[in-house]
Amino acid sequence: MSQLSQLIEEAYTGLKSLVIGLGVTGKALCEPGVTVIYPKEEVDNLATFRGHVELIGKDDDPAVARCVACGACAKACPSNCISVLCPVPVKEGEADTGKLGPAPQKGSKTPAQFIVDYSLCSLCGQCARACPVDSLRFCHDAYTVAFDRKAFQFELVSRLRQQAEQALEGGEE
Amino acid sequence: MNMDMLLSLDYPLTRLVIGLLGIFAFVGLNGLILVWVERKVAGHCQYRPGPLHVGPHGLLQPLVDAVKLMGKQLVAPARCDRVLFWTAPLLAFAPVTICLLPLPYGPSLSPIPMNLGLVLILAFSGLGVLSLILAGWGSNNKYGLLGAARAVAQSVAYEVPLLLSVMAVALTAGSLDLYTISAQQGGWPWQWYGVKNPLAFFIFLICAVAETNRAPFDLPEAESELTAGFHTEYSGMGFGLFFLAEYANMIVVSGVAAALFLGGWQGPFLPGVWWFLVKIYCVLFFIIWLRWTYPRVRFDQLLNLSWKWLTPLALIDLALTVVVAGLGG
Ligand code: SF4
Ligand code: SF4
Repeated sequence: MSQLSQLIEEAYTGLKSLVIGLGVTGKALCEPGVTVIYPKEEVDNLATFRGHVELIGKDDDPAVARCVACGACAKACPSNCISVLCPVPVKEGEADTGKLGPAPQKGSKTPAQFIVDYSLCSLCGQCARACPVDSLRFCHDAYTVAFDRKAFQFELVSRLRQQAEQALEGGEE
Repeated sequence: MNMDMLLSLDYPLTRLVIGLLGIFAFVGLNGLILVWVERKVAGHCQYRPGPLHVGPHGLLQPLVDAVKLMGKQLVAPARCDRVLFWTAPLLAFAPVTICLLPLPYGPSLSPIPMNLGLVLILAFSGLGVLSLILAGWGSNNKYGLLGAARAVAQSVAYEVPLLLSVMAVALTAGSLDLYTISAQQGGWPWQWYGVKNPLAFFIFLICAVAETNRAPFDLPEAESELTAGFHTEYSGMGFGLFFLAEYANMIVVSGVAAALFLGGWQGPFLPGVWWFLVKIYCVLFFIIWLRWTYPRVRFDQLLNLSWKWLTPLALIDLALTVVVAGLGG
């Protein structure tokens, strides 16, 4: 007899869960959708969106990155997508060819080029975490599209400079 | 035999031809509507709008889909059994149209009224499984074969409680004619057999979903396990016919549900046909809603549900019906 009551209870809870399930989708059926029809609408709240990493400028000079070219981010990146390049120090008696080498290089305190390959990035945030001077963050650019994979290699030093110039122009207007 | 006789609706052959034409139009149109409704319901159940871009609210989407299906090349796999391979989709579609003939769409609108309508539908709907077996066997593909094997097990399992639940109603009504059974019920819900015998209605609904291979019972297809089951190898309209047959099958089961359990064409204010269509589409909507709510069951769960639960319950229901009918009579 106890087996029978157990069976009935099982059937009852099972059926109840089915009805609850129907309720969930039934409610969703009557409520408006939450997806954005992209090319026609765009979301404005992108503060929490994680795009590729970008450099943060100094407080007194937003065109120059805080970065001290230590190379810790490149070392921390599990996907090997960061290369920080600095001028190689010129040996005595040699002409300065402007050669760049991976950071850190003796005497260099600023990166000459900071290249991120976004097509490899897993957005894990290890680089930002490794940075001793908090010079990296995720940008909020959700609309990065291209036909070519090479287009996803960003040079962040010049990007930062451009952004600062644009901000300056925008401020003057 | 003269021309007048040929043109009169009482002549069986004329009636058959006109009925079939009407059914084909209905099946095609209904396919278009249901494809749209299915996608819209799926969208809204998941908080998205569904098709939007082709026509207002994506209304032209099914037409575009149909054109795409028809435009595709028909390919048969190498070393398949060609005869079986191409017979299968035709065989899937043909019996369904026959099943639609004896349905009472209105008080005076039934393509082929017959006093064994219910038996005819049950008999011919069994042929649908044969087409799945042929498709699976003929396409020389192990996924197709597995799908076909599952289709047989499922169909055999659910045919039993389905028949038992239908029999309970047929016993109460004392007839196998869908028209008579509909006519015995009234226009108001408390006069319906579905309300008088809710258990039979419940069992019938579950079995109907299982017999039409719809989720959560879409194991013969199971696109995530069997890529597409029995119709893995079909392209273009080969697949299109299976697809249309599935939707036509859904009308058959909804039509039978409406006639047996929901009072058929009867209802206040509106003319009969409209009530019948409203009831059919309510059941269809419910079936679609189910599909987008529940995940697919496992095969052992599927068989358990049928043999351990539905069949005994249907037997009990039938026994009770007999007792009640005996006391009443
Ligand atoms: S987020 Fe992760 S993967 Fe991307 S650049 Fe930083 S460390 Fe590399
Ligand atoms: S870890 Fe920070 S400071 Fe060091 S190279 Fe990377 S961005 Fe520059």
